[in-house]
Amino acid sequence: MLDAIIQGVLLGGYYAILAAGLSLMLGVTRFLNLAHGDLAVLAAYLIIYLVATWHMPILWAIVLTLPVMGLLGWALQAFLFARTMKGGFLLPLLTTFGLGAVIQNGIYGVFSSDVKSLGNFIGNLAWASWKLPGHISVGKLPVYIFVASVVVLVSLQLLLSFTKLGRAMRATTVDEEAAELSGIDARRIQRATVAIAMVLAGLAGAALAMRSLINPYTGPTQLIFAFEAVVIGGIGSLWGTLAGGIVLGIAQSLGAKISPQLFQLFGHVVFLAVLWWRMKGAGSLGIVNLLRSLKGGRA
Amino acid sequence: MSISRFQYERWTPAGLSTVWTSCVILAALAVAPLVLPATAVEKLTTLWIYILLAVVWNLLAGFAGLVSVGQQAFFGLSAYLTLRLVEWGLNPWLALVGAAFIAGAIAIPISLYALKLKAGEFAIATWVIAEVVRICVMFDPLVQGDTGNSLIALNAYAPDFRRDVTYWLGLVAMAGFLVLTFRVLRSKIGSAAQAVRDDEEAALSVGVSVMQTKRIIFVLAAFGTALAGSIWLASAITFLPRTNFGVQWTVFMLFMVLVGGLRTFEGPILGALIFFVLQESFSSYGVWYLFGLGFIAIVFALALPDGLWGLIRQKRGGDLLPMGTLLKQAPIENEAS
Repeated sequence: MLDAIIQGVLLGGYYAILAAGLSLMLGVTRFLNLAHGDLAVLAAYLIIYLVATWHMPILWAIVLTLPVMGLLGWALQAFLFARTMKGGFLLPLLTTFGLGAVIQNGIYGVFSSDVKSLGNFIGNLAWASWKLPGHISVGKLPVYIFVASVVVLVSLQLLLSFTKLGRAMRATTVDEEAAELSGIDARRIQRATVAIAMVLAGLAGAALAMRSLINPYTGPTQLIFAFEAVVIGGIGSLWGTLAGGIVLGIAQSLGAKISPQLFQLFGHVVFLAVLWWRMKGAGSLGIVNLLRSLKGGRA
Repeated sequence: MSISRFQYERWTPAGLSTVWTSCVILAALAVAPLVLPATAVEKLTTLWIYILLAVVWNLLAGFAGLVSVGQQAFFGLSAYLTLRLVEWGLNPWLALVGAAFIAGAIAIPISLYALKLKAGEFAIATWVIAEVVRICVMFDPLVQGDTGNSLIALNAYAPDFRRDVTYWLGLVAMAGFLVLTFRVLRSKIGSAAQAVRDDEEAALSVGVSVMQTKRIIFVLAAFGTALAGSIWLASAITFLPRTNFGVQWTVFMLFMVLVGGLRTFEGPILGALIFFVLQESFSSYGVWYLFGLGFIAIVFALALPDGLWGLIRQKRGGDLLPMGTLLKQAPIENEAS
């Protein structure tokens, strides 16, 4: 029981990294990217390719892939996302759904459908663990990923609170037109936001590939998990993604303890229950709602 | 007042001739299995399924603004329910139709939950619900997890008979839903649905019962999708949870509707025809074909959001079937003013 909860909390760290990018885009550009999970998987495949074929050290491969993802995000916003946003919420959903199909099948076409993992390239980190009293073993890798997620969220928080870009991003979130009137180039800010979101997706992809097996069609499930974490934690809240990720992770690992098929089901049920609770007027759940400012403008 | 000088018309001569042409085409299609080779009958059955799926998804997402990514819930559910009913001893043909009705009825409680959500949340929640339904179905020993099952009860019938009945089932379901959708869209519900899509609060303020309108459309679309799922099972025989509940069905619906023309009556039919031809010609290319479908969908979303029918409508200056009300100036009895 305690074992499952600890695993769940650590899994929540990975979800937080993935969900933070999705949440950031939802907040600043008000754009739900249904291809977010697929883009994370794309980054994972790039990293695996660099490591397996070019024998690059993993850290180097990640460092090289993240800027590429950032550029991709910038380009996607400039040439694709921004153009679809004029047509209400329908076209963005359809476009990113189509983009997801393109990425999944593109990966399949280029890299084949074989399951892949970075697990083979990280030595004993893949299974090394610390022993805790009570016969509980905690994997080192999940702990590192969790620590990484906290570092990522702290950096994002600092970026949003103290930098010029962060101020502009918050202003754009609250009121795009007012921000433009104050001399902010909202379009540039939105591109920067998507670039950051894609770097986060890339990082999440690296974490995913290290801790599990992936295939070209892993992305949609990851998107669902990320969205569930965002909703459970409260939309628009940065630290909420960590809280939501942890709640989701605990629900899933408790379910998996009973039966492997319950892993997904328990997470889905918690998500649907939280949505239901919110509909009944309890408002956003914002467990650690440090980014009230991100929310305030849309409430 | 001046309003009396106008006449309302709901039919155009072009619209009436379309109806008569459609009747002739349908009559010809109804007797087609008697003359067509077996493979053609099977392929056409698939086409009816595609048209049905496209028309109901357009009704849901295009006209009512309910962008569901989880219609595979009903597509897979009615296939599963068919197997369940047959296991309980029901005649397989009755089971196929009955399962679609039950799946449509299950959409009612789901609608109570899902329809309170908006836009992106609705999209993802429907997807999650489809996943929950799939996982629950996979717990049934009849399905045996990922293994699935087959509608072997249909093998008791002669192959020709089975093929033809499935074809007619598909044709009736498709034609029925075309008529039903047309009637609904021209009725008050159709106008209400479009008003709700465009601005829910404004619709509410002029007395549209928002929830009821959405629910009617949602359940209708679920029923249509479920019928398509039943007919698919009748022609494919095998039921694989991950295939029948696969999100790719939504990708296909989206593609057909987007390419054919969102929010038009004729568009989805055209889209389904194009999808059918592409599927027949290029599906042997496997993933690169699916890659191409996604790519084409993006191009249409960017460059031609009204789809091919939007383009054709511009060229020929109108639809084949009148969806709205035409306002015409009445012959003027000269009035001194």
